Amino acid sequence: MHKSFRYPPATSMTETVAFRLNDQPVQVRVATDRTLLWVLRTELGITGPKYGCGISQCGACTVLVDHRPVRACNAPIKSVAGKDVVTIEGLAQGGALHPIQQAFIQHDALQCGFCTSGMILTAYGFLRTHPRPTRADVIAGMDQNLCRCGAHVRIIEAILTAATTMQGGAAP
Amino acid sequence: MSSPAHFPSHSIPPGAEAPRPATRRDFLKNCATGLIVWVVLGPRLGAQTSEASFPVTIKVRPKDAADFNAFLRIGEDGRVTCFTGKIEMGQGPITSLPQMLAEELDVSLDDVDIVMGDTDLCPFDQGTWGSMTTRSFGPTWRAAGAAARGVLLGLAAEALHVPVSQLTVSAGVVTDSKDPSRHITYGQLTKGQRIERELTVPPPLKQPAEFKLIGKPLLRRDARDKVTGKAQYSGDIRVPGMLYASILRPPAHGAKLLRVDATSVQGLEGVTLVQEPGLVAVLHELPDMAEAARGKLHAEFEPSPSRLDDKNIYDFLEHADLKPRVVAQKGSLEQGRARAVRQLATTYLNAYVAHAAMETHTALARVEGDRATVWASTQNPFGAREEIAQALGFPVPNVRVITPFVGGGFGGKSFNLEAVEAARLAKASGRPVQVCWTREEEFFNDTFRPAAVVEVQSGLDSAGRIAFWDYDVRFAGDRGSDLLYDVADHRITAVGNFNGPPGFHPFPVGAWRAPGCNTNAFARESQIDQLAALADADPVDFRLRHLTQPRAIRVLRAAAEHWGWQPAAGVSGRGLGVAIGMDAGTYVATIAEVAVDRASGKVTVKRVLCAQEMGLVVNPAGATQQVEGSVTMGLGYALSEEIHFKDGVVLDTNFDSYDLPRFSWVPKIETILLDARDTPSQGGGEPAIIVMGAVLANAVHDATGARLLALPMTPARIKAALQA
Repeated sequence: MHKSFRYPPATSMTETVAFRLNDQPVQVRVATDRTLLWVLRTELGITGPKYGCGISQCGACTVLVDHRPVRACNAPIKSVAGKDVVTIEGLAQGGALHPIQQAFIQHDALQCGFCTSGMILTAYGFLRTHPRPTRADVIAGMDQNLCRCGAHVRIIEAILTAATTMQGGAAP
Repeated sequence: MSSPAHFPSHSIPPGAEAPRPATRRDFLKNCATGLIVWVVLGPRLGAQTSEASFPVTIKVRPKDAADFNAFLRIGEDGRVTCFTGKIEMGQGPITSLPQMLAEELDVSLDDVDIVMGDTDLCPFDQGTWGSMTTRSFGPTWRAAGAAARGVLLGLAAEALHVPVSQLTVSAGVVTDSKDPSRHITYGQLTKGQRIERELTVPPPLKQPAEFKLIGKPLLRRDARDKVTGKAQYSGDIRVPGMLYASILRPPAHGAKLLRVDATSVQGLEGVTLVQEPGLVAVLHELPDMAEAARGKLHAEFEPSPSRLDDKNIYDFLEHADLKPRVVAQKGSLEQGRARAVRQLATTYLNAYVAHAAMETHTALARVEGDRATVWASTQNPFGAREEIAQALGFPVPNVRVITPFVGGGFGGKSFNLEAVEAARLAKASGRPVQVCWTREEEFFNDTFRPAAVVEVQSGLDSAGRIAFWDYDVRFAGDRGSDLLYDVADHRITAVGNFNGPPGFHPFPVGAWRAPGCNTNAFARESQIDQLAALADADPVDFRLRHLTQPRAIRVLRAAAEHWGWQPAAGVSGRGLGVAIGMDAGTYVATIAEVAVDRASGKVTVKRVLCAQEMGLVVNPAGATQQVEGSVTMGLGYALSEEIHFKDGVVLDTNFDSYDLPRFSWVPKIETILLDARDTPSQGGGEPAIIVMGAVLANAVHDATGARLLALPMTPARIKAALQA
């Protein structure tokens, strides 16, 4: 048995939030205490960012906000008002994969793939601040992202390869 | 961005909506012509060896008649579509299965598409577990390809008016070897025809010398979709009108629901409450709103009767009154004990461990009349179909389970509670319903790897050989308890299994990557190391002296050689450990180097080398990934992973307290796959993980002289052992 209720509007404030999402302007009218992750995954149909833990511990929900990696599971939707949000769906430009994406393919740097979008976008933010990283830099930069399949060694190699490519060098 | 789109609020963007899945009727209509190969799965062909110790409660439909789903179809365009009930959860069959099929068919891999885990379109499969896809299912799969090739060659011989023996095939083109200008494609051969073949007698498979594709390292075929966000998991499927569920859970295992007061949600817009026996849930168009509303329910539960916790559990399991069963026995333990000049008795423990796949259990169910379609993150779509049909009271054929990409399984997605929950909620509400467990629900509902106790009594004779071996494994399961070493007088007994028996553990337990093996390898290989030290022997040499199986000897020699092993007896201070194991028909020998910080008790793993003999390797790249993944995942149960609990409450509820291996933990990993191409393929997804507890415990001992008898080897346990 079940009962359906149809009652007065929810008490939380509803507001229109406008931002750019993957190079497109978007507007959503949502309760302001909602998180970016669920607004992306439901109203906006962007499912690349994944729910893994809900408490910023795993990094599967990572997106870029003004080019910086942000854990969408704990980012209030209000916090991206007027900002530029890029998800894994928007990383490839004009059909050409980003060098990090290419490097992940080239190194088989994934298994189940559930952490992959968060890994790639975290790596994107990391390489912006560390364009010539050492292996130890990559490990430190990625240490707060979890992967259960154990693709770590390949992810490290992929990021080092991408760094070289992005510097204009040939991929090793 | 790749596909510009508008994002109107509160609507389903076109790209996110699941296309209405093709029905069997659609499929058959599309297959009006072409070559279709059906396989009769019977005792002669493809009867998959049963996993002896697999829980009987998993629903597996016995195979008694022809399966009406085809293994493969070759279309007029020459494209091959193959169908398998196996699923892709990261372990790589999405690449290796087409690779095998393309090999036997002699088509280009690029021309092969694969449909996985759809119960309406794919032949029955018992489940994706036990490292069985290649070793057990592979030969049948390859036979389907070989059979199709045979039919096509027959057709080509007629079309070209030459004997079959005069034909060669490459990339789907059949050529007259005496006149290469005369050729015909598979697509042309099947055009306008509907050819069906039932495969009952296995055709000969290609021999290794003939392989063009098997044995070649291939990159993952799903990588592009997974790096672009295009890959869909169960939680990414959208259908019109769907609601998201948040389910009321008890605070503790064994806590019974007394009453629910839903008054507080009776003012919330868009909320649907479902109350059924054993299932209370709040549904909403938005998942976070469903969860928020569920949080407002006032529920009263009886306290859990359980008084077990992560400290007293071992005493409880050790003394649980269950009769041991004899797993293996040889010679006479009495005589062995009499010959022993030195004896060594040890008790080994390991904790409950979570599967903790990055994707939590997720399912979306749509019920229309007496039919249900369920997208589920499952290792067992056909089992899920049975469970759902039973829960809904529908005939099994009326339920279709579709398995999108699965975000990790490791044995934890063999049962399908979330799929049953979604189906029940969809039926009750009349709307499609998604159930996506929160991480907290995942930790609560997981079928943990069981805590276990292993008691080993053993001894050395006057010549420094193992005189006897008396081994009793309690609650881990007997898989992997084989002694491996040549000991005249031995006995192996077991109590319980990895899935129970019910009523002993404080929560459900189940298969966890190579069930039983991790516990058993930890106990056996730790004890063997202790005996080597007692014999004042090098641990590699001591093992080799007691090994008679050529494959075991081969992997250990290979590991030692590639490592550059320098023999040493006793605690060398180098921090080197060795362990061997066998699982799923595959032998592994692993050597590891660790450093131990005596002040903090922290173990740093510096280098791990695994030599593996797994018969014919289909995709060496995939096999290598599985070894690396096993080594990395194994760091967790060896060093950090442990479920804390008390009185039925699971205290670890998320990754803030449950430590998975991280980038900074990962050592240099070397994988040596030994060439055994003339022997049948064996398992690859599990074997390399089984020795990780043992090899690190042995390395810690070599570094410090402290012998760790309990997993995980947390800093606290290391410090305690150093002080002992």
